[in-house]
Amino acid sequence: MREVVITGLGIVSSIGEGVEAHLQALREKAAPRLDAQTFAPYQVHPVVPLDYDKQIPKKADQRQMEPWQRLGCYAAGLALESAGAKDDAALKARMHLIVAAGGGERDYAVDGQILTGLRTAANPGVFLNERLMSDLRPTLFLAQLSNLLAGNISIVHGVTGASRTFMGEENAGVDAIRIAQARIAAGQTDIFLVGGAYNAERPDVLLVYEMGGFLWKGPFRSVWERPGRGGGFIPGSGAAFLVLEAREHAEARGAKPLATLTGVASDRTRRTPGAVAQSLARLWKEVGAGRSPHVISGATGVAGATEEERAAIKDLAPNASLHPSGDLIGHTVEAQAPAGVVLAAALLQEADEAVVTSVGHWRGEGLVRLVRPR
Amino acid sequence: MTHDRQGRPLVAVTGMGVVTSLGRGQSENWAALTAGRSGIHAINRFPTEGLRTRIAGTVDFVAVEPFCAPMLSERLAILAAEEAVAEAGTGAKGDFPGPLFIAVPPVEMEWPQREALAAASGQTDAITYADLLKGAATGRFRAWHDLFLFGTVADRVAERFGTKGSPISLSTACSSGATAIQLGVEAIRRGETQAALCIGTDGSVNPESLIRFSLLSALSTQNDPPEGAAKPFSRNRDGFVMGEGAAALVLESAEAARARGARILGYVLGCGERGDGFHRTRSSPDGAPIIAAIREAIEDAGLTPDDIDYVNAHGTGTPENDKMESLGCMAVMGERMKRVPISSNKSMVGHTLTAAGAVEAVFSLLTIAKGRIPPTINHAVPDPAIPLDVVPNTARDAQVNVVLSNSFGFGGQNTCLVFGAEPR
Repeated sequence: MREVVITGLGIVSSIGEGVEAHLQALREKAAPRLDAQTFAPYQVHPVVPLDYDKQIPKKADQRQMEPWQRLGCYAAGLALESAGAKDDAALKARMHLIVAAGGGERDYAVDGQILTGLRTAANPGVFLNERLMSDLRPTLFLAQLSNLLAGNISIVHGVTGASRTFMGEENAGVDAIRIAQARIAAGQTDIFLVGGAYNAERPDVLLVYEMGGFLWKGPFRSVWERPGRGGGFIPGSGAAFLVLEAREHAEARGAKPLATLTGVASDRTRRTPGAVAQSLARLWKEVGAGRSPHVISGATGVAGATEEERAAIKDLAPNASLHPSGDLIGHTVEAQAPAGVVLAAALLQEADEAVVTSVGHWRGEGLVRLVRPR
Repeated sequence: MTHDRQGRPLVAVTGMGVVTSLGRGQSENWAALTAGRSGIHAINRFPTEGLRTRIAGTVDFVAVEPFCAPMLSERLAILAAEEAVAEAGTGAKGDFPGPLFIAVPPVEMEWPQREALAAASGQTDAITYADLLKGAATGRFRAWHDLFLFGTVADRVAERFGTKGSPISLSTACSSGATAIQLGVEAIRRGETQAALCIGTDGSVNPESLIRFSLLSALSTQNDPPEGAAKPFSRNRDGFVMGEGAAALVLESAEAARARGARILGYVLGCGERGDGFHRTRSSPDGAPIIAAIREAIEDAGLTPDDIDYVNAHGTGTPENDKMESLGCMAVMGERMKRVPISSNKSMVGHTLTAAGAVEAVFSLLTIAKGRIPPTINHAVPDPAIPLDVVPNTARDAQVNVVLSNSFGFGGQNTCLVFGAEPR
C-alpha cells in the first residue's frame, strides 16, 4: 500500500479564509461568528465575505452558481494553490475529484408566490405547471443538481481527470476522503482533489432539520453543553478541500507533504443507545489512533450522539486535546469531515498526531487519522 | 482465470435485477425490449395541462405512500436488488457480504410537503419560508426529516439487504448508474471486498423535475403518439423522454464466485471515466473527453477497439448527445464503427437518468447472454451525419462477446464500461 499524503488545504467558513486564519482561531479559542437575526429564531454561522474574483475569475461562471457552489469552487481553488497545482494544467487534467455535497437551492420568492396562489387556485395542478413554466429560471436547475459543484470545479479550475459526487450528509464527507485515500493507496490513482461545501444560509435547508427538531435555538453554547438542554446544532456555511496524493507522486513533483493520512474509516450503526460510542471505539482501533492526539471533533450538539462521542474520546484518548469544530465554524454537514481534516492538518504544525471525528446528526460515524509527515 | 492481465481480481456479475416502465424483472423487460415495445406513455400521475412535454416512461405499477421521488426510488431499488440478490444467491437473507454503492436522484422536498407545511403554519396571508419554518416547528412532520435527507434511500436499502459498512449514495448526473458499478469494480480490484451491491434508481418524474428539463429544452415535445417520441440517432430527434426505473448488479470477484459455485452471468472488464470542463450541459466540441473515456474503458479491459462487438449507446435522442456520441465512437473505432451495431434502449424505456447506466448494464449483459441485440425503435428518418448501424426498429440475433456501454451526464460526466462474456 502506498503512503497517502495531503499536499493542499483550502477552507472558507464563518471564521475566515485559509488555513492560517483557522489555525489562529483554534489557538486563541476564538468566539464564533453568528447571525441570529436573518432566520430568527434560528441562527447560523454565516460565511465571511469573499472576493470571489480571486478564485472564480469569470463573472459568467459566478452567475451560473448558487452560494454552495461558489463556496466550494473557492475552497477548491485555495487547495489547488496550496498544493502548487493551480497553474499546472496537465496535472489538473489528470487529477481526480470527489465532492461531498447536497444540492437543492430554491427561488424563495417564486416558491412563496406559488404556495400562496395554490391555496385559492381553481385547479392547483394546472396552476403549478403554469407558474413553474413561467417563473423558474432555467439555469436554476444547474445550481440544484448535486454533481454540479464538481462540474463547476472542472470548468473553473480545469480538474478533469474524473469526477464523482457523494451525497448523504455527514458521511458523504468521510466516505469521499475514504475512497480517495483507498484508491491512491492501492495505486488506482495518483492524485485527488476531495472536499465538500455547505451553504447554511438557506431557509429550505433549515426546514429539513427543523422538521426533525435538530436546530439549536437558544443563546450560543458549546456543543458539549447543548445535550442537557435539549440538544441541537447550529448550521455553518463553509467549504473545505484537500489535495491528496501518493507520497512518491508528491515528491516527484516537488510538493511538500503537510500531513500523512494514515487511516480513514466510516460506519453505519442503528443509533441504539451506546452505538456511537461502540462504533468510535472500533473505528479508533481501525485507524490506529493513539491515546493523546489532537482531536478535531465534529460533534454537532445533538442529544445522544454528542455525549456518547465525548465519553468515548475520554475513554480512548484520556490525554487528547479536544477541539470541537462546531464551536468554531458551526455544523457544515457534508463539509464537516473535510473541514475537520483541514483543521487537523493545520494543527500538525505543532503536533504529531491528529484525529478527526465525524458523527452525523442522524446517522453515520467516521474517523480520520493524520500524522506529521516524515 | 481469476485475475486480469494487470494482475487485478476479475470482476464477475452473479446477479441482476431490473424494473422499468416495460415491467418488473429481467424477463418482462427483455421480452418487451426485443419486441421493440415502448414503455413511454401519456403521464397520468399529475395534470399535464400547460406543459410542452406530457409523456414519460413512468413506472405506474409500483405504489408508495407518501408518493414522492425518494419513496419511489427506494421501492424501485429494493425490487431490483431483491431480484439481483436472489439470482446471485450469495450471503444469507438480509446479510449481503459487501458494501452498497447506490446512485440516487438528488433529494428535495416536493410541492405536497411544502403545501402541508404552509397549511400547518396557520398563515392566511402571503406565504414565505418563515411560515414554512413555523409549520416545521410544530413537530408534526418529524418523519419527513428522514425522508428528505440525501442519504436515506441508501440507508434503508443497506438496512434491508444487510450490506456492510457505510453505504455510498452518489450522483454523476446521467452517468450515475455506471459510476455505482465502477465504484464496486474498484473496491473488488483493491481486494477490499469480494462482493458489492451496485444499484442505480430513479423515480423522480414529477411536475417540477419535468419542467426543469423542459426549460432547458432537453425533452422531446412530440407527445403524440407517446411511444414514437424517443428517436435516438434519427434526423428528426428532438430530445429525450424522461423514464423511471432501477437496476441492481451483484458484483463478485471471479475467484470467490467460482469458489462458491455461483453462475457467472458475465464480467465487468473495464471502466473509463473523464471529466469535461467545457460547459455545464454541453460536451467539448472536439469530443476529446468522450473519446478518452471510451479509450480508457477499452484499455482498462485489456482490449482493443476491434474487440468491441456491440455498443449499448447512451443514445438519449437529444440532437447534441447523439451527434457527440457518434463522433466519439467513430474516433475510437474508425471506419469499422460503421459496421459495429449500436442501439439505444432509451428509445423504449426513455432516459432513466440516475438509473440509466445500471439499467443499460443489465441490458448489455442480457444482450451477451441471449445473443440478441435490442433495436433502436422509431428509426424512420436516418441522420446522414450519423453513419452508424443503429439496429433500426427490429431486434437482431448476433453473437456478442464484448459490449461497450456509454453514459454521459450534465456537469461533464463521461463514464464508459466494458462488459464481456468471458475474461480475455
